[in-house]
Amino acid sequence: MLGKLTWAAIPFDQPIPLVTGAIVLVAILAVLAWVIIAGHLPYLWREWITSVDHKRIGVMYTLLASVMLLRGFSDAIMMRAQQAVAFHSQGYLPPEHYNQIFSAHGTIMIFFVAMPFVIGLMNLVVPLQLGVRDVAFPTLNSVGFWLTATGALLVNISLVVGEFARTGWLPYPPLSELTYSPGVGVDYYLWSLEISGVGTLVAGINLVTTVLKLRTKGMSYLRMPMFCWTTLASNLLIIAAFPILTATLAMLILDRYFGFHFFTNEAGGNVMMFMNLIWAWGHPEVYILVLPAFGIFSEVVSTFSGKPLFGYRSMVLATMAICIISFMVWLHHFFTMGAGPNVNAIFGIASMIIAVPTGVKIYNWLFTMYGGRIRFATPMMWSIGFMVTFILGGLTGVLVAVPPADFLLHNSMFLIAHFHNVIIGGVLFGAFAGYTYWFPKAFGFRLHEGWGKAAFWLWLVGFYVAFMPLYAVGFLGMTRRMQHYDVSEWRPWLLVAGVGAIIILAGIICQIVQLATSIRHREELRDVTGDPWDGRSLEWATASPPPVFNFAVMPDVEGEDAYWSIKLRAREQGLSREPDYKDIEMPRNSPTGFVCAFFATIMGFALIWHIWWMVVLGGIGAFATFVVFAWRDHDEYVIPAAEVARIDRLNREARRASLAGSAP
Amino acid sequence: MTDAALYRQGDPRLLGGRPHEGPASKRITTGYGFWIFLLSDIVMFSCFFAAYAVLLGQTADGPKGAELFDLKSVAAETALLLLSSFTCGLAMIAADVRNALWYQIGMAVTCLLGLGFLALEFREFAELVSRGAGPTRSAFLSAFFTLVGCHGAHVSAGILWLLTMMAQVFAKGFRADIMRRLLCFALFWHALDIIWVAIFSVVYLLGSAA
Repeated sequence: MLGKLTWAAIPFDQPIPLVTGAIVLVAILAVLAWVIIAGHLPYLWREWITSVDHKRIGVMYTLLASVMLLRGFSDAIMMRAQQAVAFHSQGYLPPEHYNQIFSAHGTIMIFFVAMPFVIGLMNLVVPLQLGVRDVAFPTLNSVGFWLTATGALLVNISLVVGEFARTGWLPYPPLSELTYSPGVGVDYYLWSLEISGVGTLVAGINLVTTVLKLRTKGMSYLRMPMFCWTTLASNLLIIAAFPILTATLAMLILDRYFGFHFFTNEAGGNVMMFMNLIWAWGHPEVYILVLPAFGIFSEVVSTFSGKPLFGYRSMVLATMAICIISFMVWLHHFFTMGAGPNVNAIFGIASMIIAVPTGVKIYNWLFTMYGGRIRFATPMMWSIGFMVTFILGGLTGVLVAVPPADFLLHNSMFLIAHFHNVIIGGVLFGAFAGYTYWFPKAFGFRLHEGWGKAAFWLWLVGFYVAFMPLYAVGFLGMTRRMQHYDVSEWRPWLLVAGVGAIIILAGIICQIVQLATSIRHREELRDVTGDPWDGRSLEWATASPPPVFNFAVMPDVEGEDAYWSIKLRAREQGLSREPDYKDIEMPRNSPTGFVCAFFATIMGFALIWHIWWMVVLGGIGAFATFVVFAWRDHDEYVIPAAEVARIDRLNREARRASLAGSAP
Repeated sequence: MTDAALYRQGDPRLLGGRPHEGPASKRITTGYGFWIFLLSDIVMFSCFFAAYAVLLGQTADGPKGAELFDLKSVAAETALLLLSSFTCGLAMIAADVRNALWYQIGMAVTCLLGLGFLALEFREFAELVSRGAGPTRSAFLSAFFTLVGCHGAHVSAGILWLLTMMAQVFAKGFRADIMRRLLCFALFWHALDIIWVAIFSVVYLLGSAA
C-alpha cells in the first residue's frame, strides 16, 4: 500500500534531525495557525499564492532562497563544527549523517538558494527594466516558481522521513547506484531536482522570450540595461544546459528503478559518461548563477558612481562570450579522468580563456568607478567586496585550470576554498547587493543602512577567515568531505575556519535584524518617489512598489540609460505633460501553479517511496489541472483608465514635489 | 534625434537593423517561446543520442543492433509518423480557414496514425523483451530503449495533447488563444518527426549496417 514507506523511515534514534524536524514542523504549524487565525489566508491566497504578477513571483523566489539559505547554512556550520572537533575522534556527527549533511548543503545552496535568488531578482526587475507590463508567460512563471518550491520541500522532507543522499551534491555513480546506495536518499535528490529542474527550465524559457520579444518601444538590444543582457545570457544557458541535467538524472533514475545499465559497473555501463554529462550541465550552471550577479554589479556600480557603465558594448560582448565558452570547459572538473594530455590541454586553455572576458568586466567596473562620484551605500559595499574577493577566487580558478596543478589539488580542500570563493564572493554577494538595491522597489521602503553595513563587514571578514584556511589545508593534503582526521597540522586551520563560520553567522543575524528593523521603521525609510538611489534604468521610472501594471504608459526609449535622460529632462523642464491614460489589460491570477506543484509533490514523494497508485493519481491530477486551466474563458481583466490615472497621479505628485525640492 | 534618423545614419546601436517597435504580438511571443522549449527538448534528446553513441558497442556479449532491428517494421513506423505530420498540417490549414469539420477529421487521422506508430513501436519493444533483449540486458540496450522510448513517450504525450485540442476546438471553437495552442501543438508534432528522422538514421540504419 505505501511502498517502501514504514515507520522505520522516521529517524527516532537520531536526535539531531528529529529535533530539528520537530522544531521546523512546529514553526511551520505556528505560522500557518497564525495566518489562519489572523484571517490572512484569503489575502495570501488571492495576492500571493495564486499571483501571476512577475514582481510577486520574484519576491516569493527570493523569500524561498532566503529561507533555504538558513537551512543550507545550518548544514555548513554543523560541518565546520564537526571538522573542528573530529581530530583523533569521531566528532559529534556519525559518518552516515555527516555525509548526508554535506550532500544536502551543496544541493540546497546551489539549487534552492543561489538559483531561486537570481531567478527571483531577474523576475522582479527585468520586465521593469525593459519597460513592459509583465513577462511573456505569466501563469507558466507561477508554475515554475511552485515547482521549484516543490523540489525544496521534498529535500526538506528527507530530513525527517527517510534520509538524504550521502553521495555529495552531484551523485556520482557507481556510489549512487542501487548497489551502493540502496536507501531512498539518492531518490529524494533525483526527484526533487527533476521537478525543480522543470521549474527552472520554464523560468528560463519565460525570461528569454521576455527579453527577446517583449521590450518597450525604442528599447533596442544595445539600449538594454546590462542586467537584461546578463539575464538573457544566463537564461539561454538554462535552456541549453538544464535539459542535460534532466536527461542525466533520468538515466540514473532508470538505472536505479528499472535496472538499466547506463552507469553501472556491469553489463557495459560507463561511469565516466555520468561525469561528462553532469558537468556539461554543471559548468554552464556556475555561469547561470554568476552572470546575473555580474549584471547586478554593473547596475549598482554605475548607479552609485553616478556614471554610465564604462565600456557597455565590451560588457555585452564579454557576457555573450562567457555564455558560449562556458560550454567548452566542462572537462576541467575531472582532468584526472585520464583523457590524455592533448584533451586536458585543450580544456585547460579554454578554462583560462574564459577568464579573459571576466577580466574585461572587472576593468569595466573599475573604470566606471574611476572619476565617478561614488556613494558607499550597502549595495556598493557588496560590489566592491565582490571585486576584491572574486579576483582572488578567479586566480585560484586559473590555477586549478592548469592540468598538472589540478592533479595535485583535485578534490582537495583547495578546490572547496576556490568554489566557495567564487560562489560566495560572486553569486551570494551579488544576490545581497541586488537584494539591498531593489528592496525599495519591491516594497516601497529602503533597508536599514547601518545593519546592512554591519552584515557586509561580518560576511566579508567571516568569508576570509572561514575559507582562506581551507586553501592552506588543501595544500597540506586534506581532501574534501572528511568526517574525521588525525593530521595535527590541519587542526589549527580548521579551528580558524570554524571561527569564520561563526563570524558569518553573526553576519546572517545582522541581516535578519536589518530586515526586522527596516519593517518596523518603514515609515522613516519610505521611498516616496520610486527612485531612491538616483537610478538610471526604467525600473526607477515607476512608483515603489510599482502598480500591478508597472507603467501607466509604456515608456518610449531614446537611448542608453533610459530613465536617466527622462530624469534630466524633467529636472530641466519639469515633469512631462500628463499622458493620455488608457484601459490596461492584465492577466488574471490563477491557482494553476500551486495546484500543479501540489500534485507534483505528491507524485515526487510517491515515486521516491515506490507508492505507484499515488504516482498515477498525482499524474492524473496534474493533467486535469492543465485541462482546467486551458478551459477557462476569461484570462484577463481590465483596469479602467480612470483607475490607472488615479494611481499614476499619486506618483507624479510625489515626483513633482521631489523635483521642486531639489530645484536650484 | 529619432530612431528613424539614427537608422538612416547607420547607428550601430540599433542592432537588428531597424528601430524597435515595442513588444511583439501574443501569437509571435507564444510561438517563439514554444520554439525555445522545442530547442531545449532537442538538447535533452541529444543527451540520449550521445549516451547511445557512447554505449553502442557495450553489448555485454548480448545481441547487437543488426541482430535485433527489423527494418521493415521501422519503415512502416516512419511512414505512419511522416504521414501523420502531413495530416496534422492539413488540420492546421483547416483551422486557418476555420473549417471545424475538416479540422476534426485531420486531427482524428493524425491521432490514428500516431496510435499506429505507437502500436508498432510497442510490438517491437515487446518482441525484444520476449527474446531476452530487454533494456536490462546490456548498456547498449538500455541506451536504445531510453532513446527510442523517450521519443515514444513524446508521441504519447502528443496524442493526449491532440485529443485535448480536438475537444477544445469542439467546445470553444477557433478562439485566438486556442489557435495559439494549435500553433504550438503543430510545432511539437513536426519536431517529433525531426527527432524520428535522427533516430531512424542513427539508431536503425547505422545500427543495422554495423
